[in-house]
Amino acid sequence: MSNECLTVVGGGLVGAAIAYGAARAGARVRLLDQGDVAFRASRGNFGLVWVSSKGSGVPRYARWSRDAAKLWPALHKELLELTGVDSGLRQPGGFWLGFSEAEVEARAKVLEKIDREAGGVPFQMMEPAELRQYLPGLGSAVVGGSFGPLDGHANPLMLLHGLHAGLRLKGADVINGVDVKQVKYDASSSLFEAIAGDGQSWKSERIVLAAGLGNASLTPQVGLCAPVAATRGQVLITERLKPFLDYPTNKARQTVEGTVQIGSTSEDVGLNDGTSSDKIEWLARRAVATFPALAQARLVRAWGALRPLTPDGYPVYQESPSCPGAYVATCHSGVTLASAHALVIGPWMSGLAQTPAEFDVFKGDRFAGPNTSVSHDH
Amino acid sequence: MTTEPLFVLPRTSESEAVTITFEGRALRVPAGISVAAALLAAGVRDFRSSVVGRAPRAPYCMMGVCFECLVEIDDVPARQSCLIEVRDGMQVRRQIGAAELNGGTSERSHD
Amino acid sequence: MTDRVADLVIIGAGPAGMAAACEARSLGLSVLLLDEQVTIGGQIYRSIESAPTDRRTILGQDYAAGQRLVAEFRASGAQYLGGATVWKVSLDGTVDYVANGKAAKAAGKHILIASGAMERPFPIPGWTLPGVMGAGAGQILLKSAGALPTNPIVLAGCGPLLYLLASQYLRAGAKIAALVDTTAPSAYLRAIRYLPAALKGWRDLGKGVKLLTVLRRQAVPVFSGASGLQIEGEKQVEGVTFTHRRKRVQLPASLVLLHQGVVPNTQLSWSIGAEHRWSADQLCWQPVTDAWGRLGETSIYVAGDSRAIVGAQASAVQGRLAALAIGQRLGAATSIARRSNPLLRELKRHTHIRPFLDALYRPNNENRIPESDNVMVCRCEEVTSGQIRHYVQLGCLGPNQTKAFGRCGMGPCQGRFCGLTVTEMIAQARGVEPSDIGYYRIRPPIKPITLGELGG
Repeated sequence: MSNECLTVVGGGLVGAAIAYGAARAGARVRLLDQGDVAFRASRGNFGLVWVSSKGSGVPRYARWSRDAAKLWPALHKELLELTGVDSGLRQPGGFWLGFSEAEVEARAKVLEKIDREAGGVPFQMMEPAELRQYLPGLGSAVVGGSFGPLDGHANPLMLLHGLHAGLRLKGADVINGVDVKQVKYDASSSLFEAIAGDGQSWKSERIVLAAGLGNASLTPQVGLCAPVAATRGQVLITERLKPFLDYPTNKARQTVEGTVQIGSTSEDVGLNDGTSSDKIEWLARRAVATFPALAQARLVRAWGALRPLTPDGYPVYQESPSCPGAYVATCHSGVTLASAHALVIGPWMSGLAQTPAEFDVFKGDRFAGPNTSVSHDH
Repeated sequence: MTTEPLFVLPRTSESEAVTITFEGRALRVPAGISVAAALLAAGVRDFRSSVVGRAPRAPYCMMGVCFECLVEIDDVPARQSCLIEVRDGMQVRRQIGAAELNGGTSERSHD
Repeated sequence: MTDRVADLVIIGAGPAGMAAACEARSLGLSVLLLDEQVTIGGQIYRSIESAPTDRRTILGQDYAAGQRLVAEFRASGAQYLGGATVWKVSLDGTVDYVANGKAAKAAGKHILIASGAMERPFPIPGWTLPGVMGAGAGQILLKSAGALPTNPIVLAGCGPLLYLLASQYLRAGAKIAALVDTTAPSAYLRAIRYLPAALKGWRDLGKGVKLLTVLRRQAVPVFSGASGLQIEGEKQVEGVTFTHRRKRVQLPASLVLLHQGVVPNTQLSWSIGAEHRWSADQLCWQPVTDAWGRLGETSIYVAGDSRAIVGAQASAVQGRLAALAIGQRLGAATSIARRSNPLLRELKRHTHIRPFLDALYRPNNENRIPESDNVMVCRCEEVTSGQIRHYVQLGCLGPNQTKAFGRCGMGPCQGRFCGLTVTEMIAQARGVEPSDIGYYRIRPPIKPITLGELGG
């Protein structure tokens, strides 16, 4: 056992970004990460850095996503210079594409509402002819769409790689293959103890619970609340293709490497992270309807990943009222928010910065009341 | 572009041969063999260039496992030439780097 | 939705698959056999139905013996579909495949995976150059097209196939510049304790001796105990270098055929989440089955080289045994002992020699786990041995993490040609056993298929 300033439980995109942010701000950081076959939502992420349509009715979340998108270039540049790892950030704006007039109309209403409530989340509705000026291979099934100038995408795997490489270079202690089952708070010493399934344990003055689905059982042990459930997202990835798609869309995006990622489903299937033929075929059909030339593209991988989702779909960030120094961080959009996690949440949770303004809205306490549910489409 | 063939095929009668083209060059090859075998016997050394380093590559396994023999056949990219039999009139091209979709997506020249 | 239904759906038309089909048909089961190749016979009996007589003579009796099995299969009444690429197998018996450019489904009460073996990766400097192929590839070219090397070639590595191919080439009149044998002197000592058991398979041993005699008679230069093997060349192979009797030897070559044994093609069994164990004898993963080939409590069986490397004859016997067990489970046979007991004895006879071969032809560490940092491990995504070691330093504990960090295994071959290397490299770097490292999480599609085929 050893003492250290801050222990982060969870080495996925959320935990790694917060740990990196804490380490770069000067904290002594220990990151506890699971092994090779963990659930790892980070691996199944669709990779969008996305602002559009987020936070209808919760303007703080809309602004939080917008802030994160604006902070992203700084994180991208810093990781590239520090580690040589290119997180693949591209922010040319992004498209949402609709297959029916009804969904296009509903989209316009939501975007207008968010723009008004949050005080400036720009968007533009487009007819197919205009969309084709940006997306030349668009299929006739698309009847309309929206453009969000703040939207973009990145490579979630390279981001994770870059954050881990950066953590090492910032002197953080990264411990792999650890499955934390228990967290304890000793009020007399004000120390937290993270205890792994195999009995190993680590003590520290502060602790951040960023264990994805694991947060559901860990948070109550230190007076926090994050009732996350798994939603399965299946995504498809093609072979590398020559560049043909300059903008990310909600249905398909071409990565820096040239692969086309097609996504994603949102399914409530418990802890099953498998794939299913019907969903794979549905995603394939939808992609070909969107961009007919994709019919020739070869699918190399299909992936099912379990992503943590809170009852209302919004993140949980909170310090424990009963065990000061314990924090929870849980969200669905680990890629979009990575920059804000590194540059804002990390310093806060390591005690080097104040709680961000108007953050009460993200407290887990809200789930004490009746549950509400929101759509979490891009 | 091609050199002395690495492999030589047994003589076949003219009635058992078909014509395919490789990069526009007509090749008379025995019917019933794989595209990869036909190209190797025609002196094609590199079938494609790799997607990252653009290094020359050619078939390694000849049984559909290694994906080194990918070529463009009749405008369809990334086909495993070791698994596909030659057919009269077949047009085969090298695959340079990543696959290029044909389907009117883009008329731009790429890298 | 389901296009075909059968009691037993078999994947792979090699000896295990064909023999299983015959046995299942004799019990009255309906059988559908799917195979990716357009011709029947698998790799071992590749093109057996179309190969002219002179080619069959060159390839020898073991190859020609495939005719009998193919004839039995053709007469069995099993449905056969060639050119069918299976991309998903489900525990409920559904087999998703693509044939003639269209996705289709077959439903089997039971499934037999008989997907055979593949060449073991040979990650050494220069192995990605045009002009370097597997010895298995050379043999496939001979079987399927009668193709012979134009110039004297270099064969390098270890294992019986290397010698078999050499003798077949010599019989066909092709020239062999050299056979570079990487079998280490210590391997003979290691193998000797398995010799008594191997002698029970004296027919197989005799074949090996005969092969060596052929090479000697034709004065083929054999460099035994070669180490430090490398391929030279810029755009294509120009030669090979290696250390022989403490001297560095350089041989010019335009075609080099590499071989260090074959390993089970386990993509399908991994993809359904079956348990696999690391075989320290065969240095590869093997699906865990019962004696009949059944995977856990599923209705899926594995037979032949895709279960563990046993060779063509034993594979066929395993196929029959699996079919018998399946027949019994379906109620088509009440007692199978009378048929299975002699088959089990036959299986033993064919596998007596295996421990001896495994010990003698155990590929050297240096040819499986690259020592230098510049060897291409992932041929598709061009990830080097040095990069893999770097990811381990960054904290990657297993192949799924190195895959996520550097795209190793994400290309079209889906990890087939880097998976074993990566597992062994990580094990070595971390100082643990490959069994502690594990393997890629293999998911459908287990072959790349176009979105058009899928959605069509």
